[in-house]
Amino acid sequence: MDFGISALALARAQFGFTISAHIIFPAFTIGLASYLMVLNALWLWRREPVYLRLFDYWKTIFAVVFGMGVVSGIVMSYQFGTNWAVFSDKAGPVIGPLMGYEVLSAFFLEAGFLGIMLFGRERVGPGLHMAATAIVALGTLFSAFWILSVNSWMQTPAGYGINAAGQYIPLDWWAIIFNPSFPYRLVHMVLAAYLTTAFVVGAVGAWHLLRTPQSEGAKVMFSMAMWMALIVTPIQIVAGDAHGLNTLEHQPAKIAAMEGHYESYPNGRVPLTLFGLPDDKNGRVNYAVEIPLLGSLILTHNLTTPLKGLNDFPAEDRPPAAVIFWTFRIMVAMGFAMLGVGLWSAFARWKGWLYEAKWLHRAAFVMGPSGFLAVLCGWITTEVGRQPYTIYGLLRTADSVSPLQAASVGTSLVAFVIVYFFVFGSGTFYVLRLMGKRPKDAVQVEEIGPTRSAGTTPVASTPKRPALVHKES
Amino acid sequence: MITDLATIWAALIAFAVLAYVCLDGFDLGIGILFPFLGTRADRHLAMNTIAPVWDGNETWLVLGGGGLFAVFPLAYAVVMPALYPLIIMMLLGLIFRGVAFEFVHRTRRMQAFWEWGFAIGSMLAALAQGLALGGLVQGITVANRSFAGGTWDWLTPFSVLTAVALMTGYALLGATWLNLRTEGMPQLNARAIARPLAVGFVALIGAVSLATVFVRPEYMDRWFGWPAILYSLTVPLLVLAAAWALWTGLRDDLAGRAFLATLAIFALSFAGLGISFFPNIVPPGLTIAEAAAPDTSLKFLLVGASVLIPLILSYTAYSYWVFRGKVRPEDGYH
Repeated sequence: MDFGISALALARAQFGFTISAHIIFPAFTIGLASYLMVLNALWLWRREPVYLRLFDYWKTIFAVVFGMGVVSGIVMSYQFGTNWAVFSDKAGPVIGPLMGYEVLSAFFLEAGFLGIMLFGRERVGPGLHMAATAIVALGTLFSAFWILSVNSWMQTPAGYGINAAGQYIPLDWWAIIFNPSFPYRLVHMVLAAYLTTAFVVGAVGAWHLLRTPQSEGAKVMFSMAMWMALIVTPIQIVAGDAHGLNTLEHQPAKIAAMEGHYESYPNGRVPLTLFGLPDDKNGRVNYAVEIPLLGSLILTHNLTTPLKGLNDFPAEDRPPAAVIFWTFRIMVAMGFAMLGVGLWSAFARWKGWLYEAKWLHRAAFVMGPSGFLAVLCGWITTEVGRQPYTIYGLLRTADSVSPLQAASVGTSLVAFVIVYFFVFGSGTFYVLRLMGKRPKDAVQVEEIGPTRSAGTTPVASTPKRPALVHKES
Repeated sequence: MITDLATIWAALIAFAVLAYVCLDGFDLGIGILFPFLGTRADRHLAMNTIAPVWDGNETWLVLGGGGLFAVFPLAYAVVMPALYPLIIMMLLGLIFRGVAFEFVHRTRRMQAFWEWGFAIGSMLAALAQGLALGGLVQGITVANRSFAGGTWDWLTPFSVLTAVALMTGYALLGATWLNLRTEGMPQLNARAIARPLAVGFVALIGAVSLATVFVRPEYMDRWFGWPAILYSLTVPLLVLAAAWALWTGLRDDLAGRAFLATLAIFALSFAGLGISFFPNIVPPGLTIAEAAAPDTSLKFLLVGASVLIPLILSYTAYSYWVFRGKVRPEDGYH
């Protein structure tokens, strides 16, 4: 097959496609693993059956999504070598060990305890089962730690030298791992994962509240999700702002492209371009809608600090503004919409309407996929904004690619697209169908009996307080 | 020589690959045998014997690939493009079989489709791994720190032979695993399948071993040079001993012995490959020392690996112990 496209463009398309498909799953499972840990702890502590029911409900969904995350993740661990061999050879000594630590400290941990978390409650007893659930959650966070360290090093490389063979070699591991953008990126991504999960859980709760307003499971889910929306969204907006300041310091061209600033502002007083069509060829934004001074306040927290525009950077070093101007705006819009839902829910809760506010439920339902959209747009912004480099300022994307025929890369790209849409499309359909069932459909109340008496410490004999009478409709 | 970091890491990566082959071997083997496993209930029972552990087993493959990237980046950068179509085929196969564990229980209409996805995905992954093994043993053309051969260099009668051997071996691992973990008809069926596979596997190992020494002249020296022949000849003798243990294990209904003997044959064949390769990591010319990352990288990861790998082995063993014993149809792993 000859696609009339270079192997480089096809390799980029393949990486972009496979990693975008992959990030959807961990963005959800990082938060869901922590949520399952909280639900299981609440069940053990309060002995209210609704928590066990919710645990089993989300556990099934977790298993399907986690499986898709594993198989799409294996692709990523081989894709560096297949499509980006020169990059692998040069960057392997620095980022390879970090990814090695991810496998050793996170992937094995998750895989080793996942079986016990999913199938082992009766076999190991409630205490060890709780430990396994917590370990799976911890594993997802370790994984985020290492892979974001790798990504951040590619954005803001530090602590390295270059040897005779042209490889980047580690000089200071502390500086490599905790490179300048890493703390910001880690906090921003973990919060994003938590918000993604919160809005999915909130949407599922809202959906069931709209259909069966008395459902206790739906009330608990919805209430927990809305607390997360209210508390975490403002923290995320502050974290995102701090991340932006950090990016301005280390990758000013990326900020200029995100904001659509081609011209420089040597005296500060930068406007905020709300909307417009960035034109990379002619170096200007068409049909721009601007608010004076606001850009300076957001970007530098100061009216007079100078700001460099894209035209100040050599043409071959500029990231494409036309893409990331928009992805950035979509991400920010999602963030503020989340904040809106959070505040609305706080008002409804204060008024005592939380479970009756139909329009709030409808809004929360519509916002279900908002986390995924924000995460994807955020990653596109930071990754496309790193262009034309794979390792910022050091190694160009064009110099990173494997010596492959366009036909090989193109054929595998087509295969990945077909398989991913079919397999992950089916998986998404199954997950949505599971979400469409009410929590009470997943576990019958009578089934809780044997579960409680089969553990090594039969909980029924040592209740801290009597289980509440269950009033599921 | 033993104490230098690159050699230690070569041994660790080899261990990860062997652990992968042993653990995912019986997983993939169950997929390969899937169409021959009697009733649909028997097939689901077979999947249930691995449902709690398959993810951990596949993580060794990620360690093999990720570890190579970390400590032998040049080898990783050369091998992946050289075996490109095979790696893609393996990854796509693993996607289908991996999701099947959950998907078969999530749909009635498409259940048969995902069952076939599990079987064919497992077969494709095993086939790709077998062809890749052959392609690697034949050697990879390298110039200027990158792959310099053709897209289809790996496709030869020799790599087809290694692929048939590996698929037979995986199927045998799967059959001896089912013999160990099931009872009644499924166990009898597994044992009946295991016997011809055992004969075939040992014969194919013999064929691959003989062919290997003719593939590259240096392999002949490493095996039959003096004094190498003194210790290299112990490998085939031990294979024969393990084959005897396997055969008697199947004959006398000692399921544990049969499974362990099959693992031993895999480990010995792997040691044989080590004799052919050493001191190269990618034949014919890329040595372990040349491909290794700088000592700072090797040392940094070794500190963690020396703590974490024993820890991983212990909690993996614990997880197998939790799910020990015969698996019955009423144990719902979904």
